[in-house]
Order: sequence, then structure tokens, then C-alpha cells
Amino acid sequence: MATTTVDRTARTRNDASVAARKRAKSPYSNWFYLPAAIIYGVLFAVPTLTSFYFSLTRWSVFDSKFIGLQNYVTFFQEPGLVSGLWHTLLYGVVTSGLKVVLGMLLAVLLTSQIVARGYLRSVVFFPVLVSTIGVGLMFTVLMNPERGLINQSLSIFGITGPGWLTDPHLALFSVALVDVWKGVGLATLIYIAGIVSIPQEYFEAARMDGASSWNTFRSIIIPLARPATVTVIILSLIGGLRSFDLIWSMTRGGPGFTSDVIASVIYKQYQAGFYGLSTAGNVILFVLVTAIVLPLSRFLNRKEVEL
Amino acid sequence: MTFRRNYLLSFVAIVASIVVFVVPFAFIVLTAVKDQQQASLLDFSWPRHWQLVQNFVDVVQARDYMVIIAFINSTILTVVSVAIMVILGSMVAFVLQRRKSRWTGLVNFLVLSGLIIPPAVVPTIWVLQKLGLFSTMPGLILVEAAFGMSFCILLFRAFIATIPRELDEAAIIDGAGPMRLFFRVILPLLRSVIVTVVVVQSVTVFNDFTYPLYFLPGDQNATVQLTLYNFSSQFGTEYNLLFMNILLITIPPLIMFLFFNRRIVAGMTAGAIKG
Repeated sequence: MATTTVDRTARTRNDASVAARKRAKSPYSNWFYLPAAIIYGVLFAVPTLTSFYFSLTRWSVFDSKFIGLQNYVTFFQEPGLVSGLWHTLLYGVVTSGLKVVLGMLLAVLLTSQIVARGYLRSVVFFPVLVSTIGVGLMFTVLMNPERGLINQSLSIFGITGPGWLTDPHLALFSVALVDVWKGVGLATLIYIAGIVSIPQEYFEAARMDGASSWNTFRSIIIPLARPATVTVIILSLIGGLRSFDLIWSMTRGGPGFTSDVIASVIYKQYQAGFYGLSTAGNVILFVLVTAIVLPLSRFLNRKEVEL
Repeated sequence: MTFRRNYLLSFVAIVASIVVFVVPFAFIVLTAVKDQQQASLLDFSWPRHWQLVQNFVDVVQARDYMVIIAFINSTILTVVSVAIMVILGSMVAFVLQRRKSRWTGLVNFLVLSGLIIPPAVVPTIWVLQKLGLFSTMPGLILVEAAFGMSFCILLFRAFIATIPRELDEAAIIDGAGPMRLFFRVILPLLRSVIVTVVVVQSVTVFNDFTYPLYFLPGDQNATVQLTLYNFSSQFGTEYNLLFMNILLITIPPLIMFLFFNRRIVAGMTAGAIKG
């Protein structure tokens, strides 16, 4: 915080002197924005803005016809689609919560004095880089109810494993678990960066005062790693709410609609040719993500300043 | 006392990491070299017959060398879109960091929007169709570049803030215009962050499944992720070939990881904390 304010004052002072000297022509040409702005504007901004209009139309391959809020009515009347909304929320909250807890614990473990720290860090992080589709297909095989490795191993201990992806109550959570398996490395990495940046003095002082490791964790690491927590929550919520490829490669929203999320609904409606309905789903996802992420990040960041 | 506890903890951690993380990857490798009969058992066992070469050839030859074409497509997609992101993104970040103007607020807003807002897929297809770029490689390249731009700009901007302005001023006094200043003075200084951006974004684009699925339909110009997905429905019972395909697709990120581990870590945490 302190460094950024210093930076900013330095920058404004510099701005003033540069502006005074070269008022006529800045060496930092605004034209530099243009090429990126064209690509971004045409392929991201325009579709995002027009999506609000198209979500109000009945839209097929040939033409689009304005029908008001009909698509949204359809969306919220169809139980299969509404449940997608809840699943999206559930999926986002579960993955984000687990990533925070596990990421924090793993980071504490991986910053402590432990053998093979480098190996452990690498092995936890590597799944982040692997193709989501590959991970999804692999776990579909591992989670096979009869022959899959997971249930085979459980049966050694006399436990009959559930049908991870075939049980309607479980499918969404199984996919969420795989998402956590793949993504926890990034959360851990962010937490490690956060914990390493805590000044050593705090830990020394705690040791002087005879704090137990639990006390150190509770009173030093958790509050001082707060920026990392904020980052992990926000990032994994954005990722989780938008998540599509893992769910699609593992269950395709099944069995039934029990693991359908908005992103998979969008794809299904698109495939079925209901472009307007698909776009309405997109707008709902957009509203959902911004309505959750923006206030949350404002709230979490405000707390950070008070601390 | 502390020592012994740490060794115990280390032992538990290593065993847990092997069960949770190493076994799945070992499972991929082992299944990929089994024969079809043994692979279909889906168990975690040593291969009876090592069919590494045979399975590899089978996967490569499947559907008229589809995998080779897909790898070429994915390479083109990754290289070109990341190149666009790096050059255009660093240009934006440079001006954004250096000059306060009436555009600054808008550009910052758009950059953050690009990180948060889920792209509207069908309207994007509509725009691409109007431009005649739908279902073409250039179309997909531009789409990936547009969607990845925000992340690049954030990383570049943070790094450019650490380059002293005196350097710019020296170059300007020596008569460099905006183009010379950026491409001859600033861009070479960005080398380390460029490596980070290239590595992180290549992995992202290479592993992307959703956007090729929407914007590049059709078998002829599939990317590796699409081929893998199609394999899973086509070779439903030939698990050895499916896992060989997964193995092949895991190799490029693995190489990136082995060579650029530190860069990836630096980029992901830096980008994450700024974002």
C-alpha cells in the first residue's frame, strides 16, 4: 500500500513536468491503443453489448425477431434451466471454498520446514497446466462406478464407493472435486506468495511470546495473508461460475440435468438452434458473475484497508 | 522433537501427494502403453505387453492423421494469437501506464471487464459471420487474442511501472519518436515479463476447449483439445488409445513446465495478485 502511494505521487509529479515540457505532443501516443481496441471492441465489446438485444429476440440461423422478455420467461419457467442457475452458484461456492481452505493449508505446509518441498510444490501445481479435457476424461475413467480405480481402492477397505458421476445427487460435487484437484495448485501458489511476503519479525515475535503453531496460524498467517485470500476467492469464483469444459467432458450436464450449469445450458441451447435463449443464458451468466464478484471484491478489499 | 515431527509430516505429505497427484498421472502413462484388452480393465497395473510405439502409431494414424493436423492447427493458433496478445497488449500497457489522459479510465474499465465478463458466444459468432471469419483459423486466433488481452495488459503494466521514466526522456531527447521509443527502447526491456506472458498464455490457449468448440466447428481444422474430445466418443472402448492421446496432449505443457517453472509461477502469482 505504502509503495503504491509513493509511486503515484512520483508519477503525478513526473506527469506534470513532462506535460509542461511537451504540451504539444506526447511521446506516449494514444494510437497505441488502437489495434488492440479494434480487436477487443469488435470481438468482445460489440458481442457483449449486442447480447442484451439478441437475448430479447427469437433468433435462428436466418433471422431474429424481437419478442421482449420471452426468452427470460422461458428460462425461468423451465425447471431444467433454473436448476442450472443453482448448480452454477453451488459449483462456484464449493470450488472456491475448498480452494481457499485447501490452498491455505497446503501453502502453510509447503512453506514450513519439510523434506522434498520442491517436489511437493511441483506436483501440486502441475495439474493446473494440464488440459482440462484430459483431466476430465481421466477422472471419468477413474470414477467409473464398478471398475474405476477410486472405487476399486475403496473396496479394498470394505467400502462400497458411490457412483460418482452416475448418482444424480453426487455428480455435480464429483466434478467440483476434480475442479479443486486441478485448480488447488494455483490457489496454493498464490497463498505461498502471500505467506512468504509476511515479514519474518511477526513470526519471531510470536515465537518470543511462546505462541503455539496454531496461534501463529490463526493470529498471524490468516489475517496477514488476507490479500491472497481475496485473490483466491475472486479468481476461483470467476472461474467456477463460468466453468464449462470440465463439466462438459465429464457429465455433459447429466445424469438428467443434475450437473447442468449455465455455461452448459448456453451450449446446449446453441446446439439446439435456440440462439436467443442461449444468449439470454449468457446475459444471465454475465449478470450473475458481476452481481457476485463486483460487490464481493469491493467488500473484501475495503476490509483489507481497515486492517 | 521438532525434527521428528517434521519428518513424520513430510512422510505423510509425500505419501498423500503420491496417492492424490502422482497415481493419476502414472495411470495415464500405464494405460497408454497397454494393449486394448488390458486397458479396458481400467485397473492400476503393470502393462503385460508394452505397446508404446504401436499405440502411438494407431493414435497418429486414426482418421487420416487427424492428430497431426490438430497439433499443427493448435501450434499455429497458439503462436499467432500469443504473438498478437504480446505486441498489442504491451503497447496498450505502455501508454496506459505512462500517460494519464481521458482514455485512461475507460481503458482500465475495459481491461477489468475483459477479465470478469464471460464472453457472449452466439453474438460473437454473429460478428464473425458478418466479417466472414466464422469457422476459420484467423477468426479463432483473433478471438483468443481478444479474450486473453486483459491478462497480458495487467502483467505488462505492472512491469512497465518499474522501468524508470528517465529512460524514456533520454530516448526522446535523442530524437526517438513514439514508435522508436517503444519498439527499440522499452520492448527489449520487457524481455523477462514477455517470457512469462508467452508461457502462461500459450498454455492457456493450447489447453482451451470452449472457444474452438464454438468458433471453429468441423473436423478439418480441429484443435488438439477438440480431437481429444471427439476421440472420447469415437474410441469409447479403446482406452489405451484414448489415454495415449491424453498423454500426447500433456507433453507440450509438461515441457513448458520443466523449462519455465519459475516463470510460470512468477506470472501466475503476479497476474493473480494484481487482478
